[in-house]
Amino acid sequence: MRKARDWLPGLLLVLPSIILIGIFVYGLIGWNFQLSLTDKHLPGPKPGEFVGLDNYVALWELKRWTDSVWNLVVFTVVFLGGAMLLGFVLALLLDKPIRGEMTFRTVYLFPMAVSFIATGIVWRWLMASDSAAGLNGLFGAVGLGALVDGQTWWRDPETGMVAMALPAIWQLAGYVMALFLAGFRGVSEDLREAGRVDGATEWQVYRHVVLPQLRPVLMVAIVIMGHMSLKVFDLIVAVAGNSTVAEVPAVYMWKMVFDVRDPAFGASIASHLLLAVAVLVIPYLVWNMRNERDSS
Amino acid sequence: MTAATETPDTPVERTREPAPQQKQQWNRPAVTRLLRYAVMLAFALFFLIPMYVLLVTSFKPLAEATSAQAWNLPNPATWTVDTWSSVWGQLAPSLWNSVVLAVPAVLISSVLGSLNGFVMAKWRFPGSDVVFTLFLFGMFIPYQAVMIPLRQMMTDAGLMADGGSLFPLILAHAVFGIPICTLIFRNYYAGIPTTLIEAARVDGAGLIRTYASVMLPNSAPAFAVTIIWQFTSVWNDFLFAVFLTNTENAPVTVALNNVAGSMVAPYNEQMAAALLASLPTLLVYIFLGRFFMRGLMAGALKG
Repeated sequence: MRKARDWLPGLLLVLPSIILIGIFVYGLIGWNFQLSLTDKHLPGPKPGEFVGLDNYVALWELKRWTDSVWNLVVFTVVFLGGAMLLGFVLALLLDKPIRGEMTFRTVYLFPMAVSFIATGIVWRWLMASDSAAGLNGLFGAVGLGALVDGQTWWRDPETGMVAMALPAIWQLAGYVMALFLAGFRGVSEDLREAGRVDGATEWQVYRHVVLPQLRPVLMVAIVIMGHMSLKVFDLIVAVAGNSTVAEVPAVYMWKMVFDVRDPAFGASIASHLLLAVAVLVIPYLVWNMRNERDSS
Repeated sequence: MTAATETPDTPVERTREPAPQQKQQWNRPAVTRLLRYAVMLAFALFFLIPMYVLLVTSFKPLAEATSAQAWNLPNPATWTVDTWSSVWGQLAPSLWNSVVLAVPAVLISSVLGSLNGFVMAKWRFPGSDVVFTLFLFGMFIPYQAVMIPLRQMMTDAGLMADGGSLFPLILAHAVFGIPICTLIFRNYYAGIPTTLIEAARVDGAGLIRTYASVMLPNSAPAFAVTIIWQFTSVWNDFLFAVFLTNTENAPVTVALNNVAGSMVAPYNEQMAAALLASLPTLLVYIFLGRFFMRGLMAGALKG
């Protein structure tokens, strides 16, 4: 161990950030968790009594909660599948040098620079249920009206969340593409060349040389997209407004705070969200830390 | 080289010089290349369609902003910028709020991130890896998990009263921006030769002087990344904004959601408002995209 004189100044320099993160991340998480274990069902100064996991149990008995969880599951499956697939295809298309590559990449990725609120406003219109408007109108105009006949998109109580995943895929597929492109380019050209010399077709080079090396990138993309999906909030608010058809836990939590005004219940929803994200992210962070230690 | 991925059966040339790839494009079957362009173009259309709707609708007068004419270009005889000036009137105060919010929040997290990044890359203390990982967790959490207590804390401090300030929101963005900024700077500083730092230390420079004389002068690219990335995140944030502001100091995402989300606002206004609110980040993306890209990749913990 080095002498404290050497490292102490470094620690002191980081200390302000450690305190801020300590309070705002870990302190508030603790406070939220504590709140979720009380019966503080009204805003205001009066503290609640400790009731254990009562709020958690009660939450799972609410149909509105289980519906919102189901909505999130459907959304996540469709969004994750769609964004990964589209992102992968886009990366394949752009992997080999081609004229105009930068332009295409810029176009595929630009939705990342736009807020979910703006995206939601356009897509709410694109997914309008009346037959003349939005995508329904566009399909009709090109003679494919039968495909979307009477389509109500996200308003459909059964399949609405499938439609809701569309704008999210539109917005984030470019991110997946960027991750995969970086992954492709991390596979050394020598290795690909070796495959070609052995007589592999370009397709076989991808299949047997490039893809097996993409596992880390695949994992990164799933963790990043997965945790974004679990947190989805702005987009749903912008598209669905006050409608509960497309409600997900994050939106339900927001309404719990501002409409129902029940802090303890809101906090227990928030704890669920944190738990879901933590299960996904913590192994990733640990893996990342180990990797860095090994390589340094 | 070739778009073998679209047409797996296409035979492709097997011998290949590592460089110059431009030449090779002309050797391979033109059909494949054409096909690849066609697919790429189709995807580009998919991404640009919402942009088209935003643009054309925002220039239409009210009478033409109906669903039946939605896909048409604005009538050359009647197109107007009236909608733009009307939404400008509605959004201007909140645009200004977003500027006032973004500037300090971005600067604070960038400066702290730079100091942290320097220590965690070049001046480690026992346990700095663990501290760093604990920081990173703060970047992935759903902010809902801190929102109720955070709002309570700000209320208790008397900062959420009517006519309150942007201070709570600035503070939140500054703090929750620390992890990503630390990450970006740490990865960037890791690439600066340690010998430079050792030389400074041999000359008797302490921590602060080493930072100021060796690291800071080389930091411009990393600052560009954190500033651009944080600006985009803060500008586009809705969650913190909706929990930590009142109507009078709402930033632009909240105002946009109020204007357009009321559902009674006509389409041309909704679209013009959405476009206006997105212009700053879009312009940053178009002109400074490569810094934005680096922030994006850093967000996935990839340097």
